[in-house]
Amino acid sequence: MTHASTTDHGHGKDLKAGHGGNHGAGHVHVVPMRLLIGVFVVLMLLTGATFAATWVNLGYNGNLILAMAIAVVKAALVMLYFMHLRWDKPFNAITALSALFFIAIFIIACIQDSGQYKSNYERPGAGYSVNK
Amino acid sequence: MATATADQGHAGTGEHAHPPHLAHHFDSPEQQYQSGKLGMWAFLATELLMFGGLFCAYAVYRANHPEVFLYSHHYLDATWGGINTAVLIASSFTMAWGVRAAQLGQTGLLKVLMALTFLGGVGFMVIKGIEYQSKWKHHIFPGFYNAYNPSYFDKANKDAALQDAIDYRQSHISGHSAAGLPAEAVKDGAVDGGAGQGQTGKATVAAAQAAAATRDQLAGPTTRRGTMLVDPNAGTGDEAKMLPTFVQPVGLAVAQPKTSHAPPVELGDMNALSQSRINTFFGVYFVMTGLHGIHVIVGMGIIAWLFLTAGRYSPEYFTPVDLGGLYWHLVDLIWIFLFPLLYLIH
Repeated sequence: MTHASTTDHGHGKDLKAGHGGNHGAGHVHVVPMRLLIGVFVVLMLLTGATFAATWVNLGYNGNLILAMAIAVVKAALVMLYFMHLRWDKPFNAITALSALFFIAIFIIACIQDSGQYKSNYERPGAGYSVNK
Repeated sequence: MATATADQGHAGTGEHAHPPHLAHHFDSPEQQYQSGKLGMWAFLATELLMFGGLFCAYAVYRANHPEVFLYSHHYLDATWGGINTAVLIASSFTMAWGVRAAQLGQTGLLKVLMALTFLGGVGFMVIKGIEYQSKWKHHIFPGFYNAYNPSYFDKANKDAALQDAIDYRQSHISGHSAAGLPAEAVKDGAVDGGAGQGQTGKATVAAAQAAAATRDQLAGPTTRRGTMLVDPNAGTGDEAKMLPTFVQPVGLAVAQPKTSHAPPVELGDMNALSQSRINTFFGVYFVMTGLHGIHVIVGMGIIAWLFLTAGRYSPEYFTPVDLGGLYWHLVDLIWIFLFPLLYLIH
């Protein structure tokens, strides 16, 4: 622990980008401005692409997959750059990805499971009874 | 989150003074910062799981009842949704920039960016309010207050409310074509006639007959393209053999030159069971966007707090800005998925 010289430090103005963060204990990465702007522009373009994807017809499932693919790319950009995962300790990314992994299991299992007893809830009279 | 207040008079025990922002249970600012980040990510993972449950409900429902979603999504305006997406992405950008400003000690810029991010949240909620209000005017509420719900709370005016909701949807569809979007939808009558026959032709003839029979018995409010079957529990014998008559119409039923927009699914394309489930789409819609909206409001509170305490943050201590930013980005992330799933169903 090399905290010996931490008492008064004239930080602030004499800092250069790239240093910012807890002094004495290692540098914390500061995101370059150009990268932030670049990611923002790409995100906007991808939003436009999401709209454009509705103009092509790939079938019901095809359009869904395309829209989700674009959304995943956008999400990856936000997580890596805006949320700083690219330069963080990997365990933060592992935490987030494991949550997504379990959500995937949840959704896939539920769709498969419910699909198997469709005849059960498609019969007339299924569903809640009407309030008379 | 570590607090910035610590005993000022504490010159430090031992060989080193400790910075005022360092809480006593941490060894170093670095450890405090990393712990804060990890804790925040653990919280974000739980938030993801919470919304994941809602997305699962959406996915299961849509997988098993695609016709309900294809019918109902016409109530949602993709333009407003797209503007909301752009607003949230822009506010995420200003938030990330704000974290950078805090890291560099640029307090004035930090305040400006927090204010801009807050305004982004305001804009989002305003647009959301406009969208909700336009639905509520036409009896599209969650649960029992939804005109499509067979147990609609206002029995006396049920049919009128339902007819109003159906007409509103129709105006939405025609409004879109008036705006120059799929021109085919303008010829709704002609196209629906052709597409409708094509689609129901793909279903069993028995199903069509059964549907007609029940329709005659129980006709509720009508559209050009079908009648709302009022009682889903009054199945006829033929209906017992009936699976949902909806067949995915995309690109197959009608030749549409320049667009992928299939003719809108109409009430007549669904059996009674599916019609009774339309209000569930809105349940899903209102809960997901509503919960997301609550998160936006909470996020706005956090950003306002960051704005008010901006003077505390410096290159040595910017953790609260960083963690608040993570929360706001999560809100943006969730909307990035909500938008195509709810608004761009085709």
